[in-house]
Amino acid sequence: MGEHALLLEVDDPEQVGALYAQLLAARADGTLGGGPTEIVPAARTVLLDGVPQPAALTDLLAGWSVAATAPADGPLVELPTVYDGADLADVAAHWGVSAADAVRLHSAIEYRVAFCGFAPGFGYLTGLPPERAVPRRATPRPSVPAGSVAVAGRYTGVYPSASPGGWQLLGRTGARLWDTAREPAALLAPGTRVRFVPVAGSADA
Amino acid sequence: MPELLITRAGPLTTVQDHGRHGTAHLGVPRAGALDHPAYLAANRLVGNAPGAAVLETTLGGVAVTATGTPLLVAVTGAPARITVNGQPAAWGAPVFLPAGATLDVGPADAGVRSYLAVAGGLVPPPVLGSRSADLLARLGPPPLRDGDRLPVGTTHGPPAAELVPLPAMPTELVLRLLPGPRADWLLPGSLVALARARYRVATASNRIALRTEGPALIRARHAELESEGMVLGAVQVPPDGQPVVFLADHPTTGGYPVIGVVPEADLPAAAQARPGTPVRFIPTAG
Repeated sequence: MGEHALLLEVDDPEQVGALYAQLLAARADGTLGGGPTEIVPAARTVLLDGVPQPAALTDLLAGWSVAATAPADGPLVELPTVYDGADLADVAAHWGVSAADAVRLHSAIEYRVAFCGFAPGFGYLTGLPPERAVPRRATPRPSVPAGSVAVAGRYTGVYPSASPGGWQLLGRTGARLWDTAREPAALLAPGTRVRFVPVAGSADA
Repeated sequence: MPELLITRAGPLTTVQDHGRHGTAHLGVPRAGALDHPAYLAANRLVGNAPGAAVLETTLGGVAVTATGTPLLVAVTGAPARITVNGQPAAWGAPVFLPAGATLDVGPADAGVRSYLAVAGGLVPPPVLGSRSADLLARLGPPPLRDGDRLPVGTTHGPPAAELVPLPAMPTELVLRLLPGPRADWLLPGSLVALARARYRVATASNRIALRTEGPALIRARHAELESEGMVLGAVQVPPDGQPVVFLADHPTTGGYPVIGVVPEADLPAAAQARPGTPVRFIPTAG
């Protein structure tokens, strides 16, 4: 892809996590040949950008097999969440359960940040089983408040800042997802494990 | 610390440096000066290190005043009339700005973006290793407004006695196109059609992307392409079929097929092409 990038494609999001972990380890070992500057996991691909010699790296990666095992565990982040979102009832109805059960279902899962995009610090969290996939809202909201916990497709996400958005809102967390005055700025990076912990009333972390 | 007072911010003036690197996996774009050679030349002229932060203007120029201490400045990129307190000064050369004097960079005679470097560099607080304004992710210093003050650093070397060639701003933008990963999502022959057709730079172009308008490219596959990583120069084809060339503030991931990638060497010209400029894409073997 272009002069200095490779786009690696795998079969499913779980393999993306494994391949991403392998690539980070190989870059840390120096076995990826002086690069890449960016390793960007996504839904079914991992982008390598800033690759000095793409052809040589292609040859090297041709010998790889993506680990069938789950990727190494990243840090666990718990997000205190008030489940009072505007779309909670709709999502529960879509799942055919009560709102209370929808909260139990959503908060029982340990999620993993598959990739980031859309906005700095916005993580696409996998873990929701395929049968719980939900459509996006027909009309996006012009402004979704920062800290909104939402679902769309097979993904869960938390809006780091107020922005337009079409995901279904389940609740809100007071955790700061993105803070450039903090190191690291992003609370959720690819590989991070996430749990939503139901709390009543105030969602301040 | 010396300061630069923005006396006339112009239509869009931002602080830019070499950009953010190694942050795409967090959803943070690279940002940075769009016309990189012009940016580097401006810094060389005032003796700065290559990564120093400068001002990037858009079409209408900028006016700045040296407050407190004299400053050495230089303007490159889109050629424009330069004055110091109303007296003509040189484009593409070190210009001495006495304390209290105002440098005015007029509207660009050709091209879009001029670069104003100050000896010592501009030193607003860096964010994730860069002082660049990112208009997509809203990181770094926001676009400048009249009356803003920017701190100026003190570390610089001797100014370069360099003759910066006056750039020929593109009357036609010719962009080579290396193979992209999703050309097969468009009808067979789309690359040939793209190469044969004439496009124009659309007015909606900005630091995020050079948008083009011309014959629509037609999708062969209508399934949803799941989001994937995007590179600088990627040519995305959105549903309206009008190719979009990603520039420095481009999103780090995207879900429209990428038909090809414009090599980095061709992007400075893209940064200087005005709306309406004819565009030709030349597919090139990778």
